[in-house]
Amino acid sequence: MELTSENFDSVVLQADRPVLVDFWAPWCGPCQVMGPLVEELEAEMSEAVFGKVNVDEQPDLARQFNILSIPTFLIFKGGQVLEQFSGSMSKEALKDKITKLL
Amino acid sequence: MDIKNVIIIGSGPAGYTAGIYTGRAQLSPLLIAGGEPGGQLITTTTVENWPGEDDGILGAALMQNMERQAKKYGTEIVADRVTEVDVTSRPFTVKTASTTYQTHSIIIATGASARWLGVPGENELKGRGISACATCDGFFFRDKHVVVVGGGDAALEEATYLTRYASKVTIVVRKDVLSASKPMIERAEKNEKISFIWNSQVKEFQGTQTLERVVLTNSQTQEETVVDAQGCFVAIGHKPNTELFAGKIELDAVGYIVHQCGSMETSVPGIFACGDVTDHSYRQAITASGTGCMAAIDCERFLAKND
Repeated sequence: MELTSENFDSVVLQADRPVLVDFWAPWCGPCQVMGPLVEELEAEMSEAVFGKVNVDEQPDLARQFNILSIPTFLIFKGGQVLEQFSGSMSKEALKDKITKLL
Repeated sequence: MDIKNVIIIGSGPAGYTAGIYTGRAQLSPLLIAGGEPGGQLITTTTVENWPGEDDGILGAALMQNMERQAKKYGTEIVADRVTEVDVTSRPFTVKTASTTYQTHSIIIATGASARWLGVPGENELKGRGISACATCDGFFFRDKHVVVVGGGDAALEEATYLTRYASKVTIVVRKDVLSASKPMIERAEKNEKISFIWNSQVKEFQGTQTLERVVLTNSQTQEETVVDAQGCFVAIGHKPNTELFAGKIELDAVGYIVHQCGSMETSVPGIFACGDVTDHSYRQAITASGTGCMAAIDCERFLAKND
């Protein structure tokens, strides 16, 4: 789901499950590769919530979380950032990162 | 589980071309995409030298086209990563984190990955100022000072690209001369935002939450210099991705896969290799693609003979 400054609090910070947030931009190659993989995981994993932030359209959110590289993934739980990592990877590697924090 | 005819390991131009050809040969290939899906072209800007694309094409777009084409001809693509192979006898075993496959043949197209410096601070600050992808991350360094480490074409291309955003780009070169091609050197030298620091290596990266300083050592005088920078792009070359095959398939002195003479077959019959994982000299998208086709044809002939 598209995250914005308006819905970030309710969708991410107040979620009852871990949330994977994908910071991306349309002109970034590795982001285009990761996009479909994140969508596949979303269909497979109901135990987590998935959201994405387009850093072009949401510069405030990007600044708030000090994003200096894309794709960057943040995993939130109980409103806190538990994990942060950047770059492309296999779908299984990404799934692993989430499963560890469930 | 049924035994595959062929498993292709890797998803750059070599892997997808091998997929297209083995797919069209009705071999129902399985392609395992790996940890950097799409390969090295995903992080480039416009590919200007792909024959037939005379207006240039974005690297990511070219790879998406190849993936679509491979799927069209029956390649099954799995978004996973190979963790182990057993090639002591056929059928071979190929394992990922989730699945174990058996296969009559393998086409290795694992390519090469960006080298890192391996200095203190580098791991901690990756994604927080240190990057290997100028096209992805240059955006975040508008009006800032960035450092590029490296003296080849990749370093100069990254530096030139970064001048779109950065106020200043400093290229740190290990020797006193660049190994890049003439057109790239000319472009960089003409660019007013680019300056060079010669005969220097990075000793350490420093910064609390994000990168703040790069400490350099002059290799001749041992003098240390501290450069204030918010971003650093490492572009020092690539190493072949052959860790999976060490001790199992013949590699040369620097880790590249060795071919039999006049063929893409490796030291193990039924295993073929193509693209940057076997190539020190050319390392172009089109040569990767060309050798991907050759590996597929060699593989098809092998399977027909060994049915």
